[in-house]
Amino acid sequence: MAKIYSENSKKIKKLNPKDETISFILDYSKALSVINYQKM
Amino acid sequence: MIMRKELISDATLVSSYIEGDEFSLEILIKRHKQRVYSFIYSKVYDRDIAEDVFQDTFIKVIRTLKRGKYNEEGKFLPWVMRIAHNLVIDHFRKNNRMPKFDNTGEFSIFSVLSDTSLNAEKALIKDQVETDVRRLIEELPDDQKEVLMMRMYQDMSFKEISERTGVSINTALGRMRYALINMRKVIEKHNIILTN
Repeated sequence: MAKIYSENSKKIKKLNPKDETISFILDYSKALSVINYQKM
Repeated sequence: MIMRKELISDATLVSSYIEGDEFSLEILIKRHKQRVYSFIYSKVYDRDIAEDVFQDTFIKVIRTLKRGKYNEEGKFLPWVMRIAHNLVIDHFRKNNRMPKFDNTGEFSIFSVLSDTSLNAEKALIKDQVETDVRRLIEELPDDQKEVLMMRMYQDMSFKEISERTGVSINTALGRMRYALINMRKVIEKHNIILTN
């Protein structure tokens, strides 16, 4: 099974998330900052 | 500019982000997005689900950092990978299924359990596998469970097991065999994941 682990690991493709996903995460973070700022 | 970004450590970027520099988060995400996303995709094999899990991972990262709960300085990526791993497990639990393990050829779960050369990412999966295996062992009849535990976890010989349990070596061997057969049946019946 150790062999299976290493074989599968080698097969992992190099993929990237969509730009929209990244944008959403960054916008979410900024929105949270604004909310936190307003609470202060 | 790109050169400069690469010189800034994760720990520094995390600190800057906690102090309010949103751009630091962007650098962190762009630096690690491929590793994190590829890891998630390698488990779920679905681009849309991988996007969702990736998004949830960083939402959790953001919330933890902004709450000031992060205390793993210098270990940002392993921490993110652990969150991603847990969310992948949650995803499969919610859907009441685990990815299938193609159980062909020589298979010994115990060869993995004793492998100390696994990297951090694999170690996380190894933990989950160990938990799953323990759960399977608990389902075995007591006599089979006893032999399997002695053999695999206490490294006892069948002669020692025979002496300890008061049965013949052949009976001990038979119980071990049935224990493995029963575990395999449960694995197949429930499509339990025992690998990545």
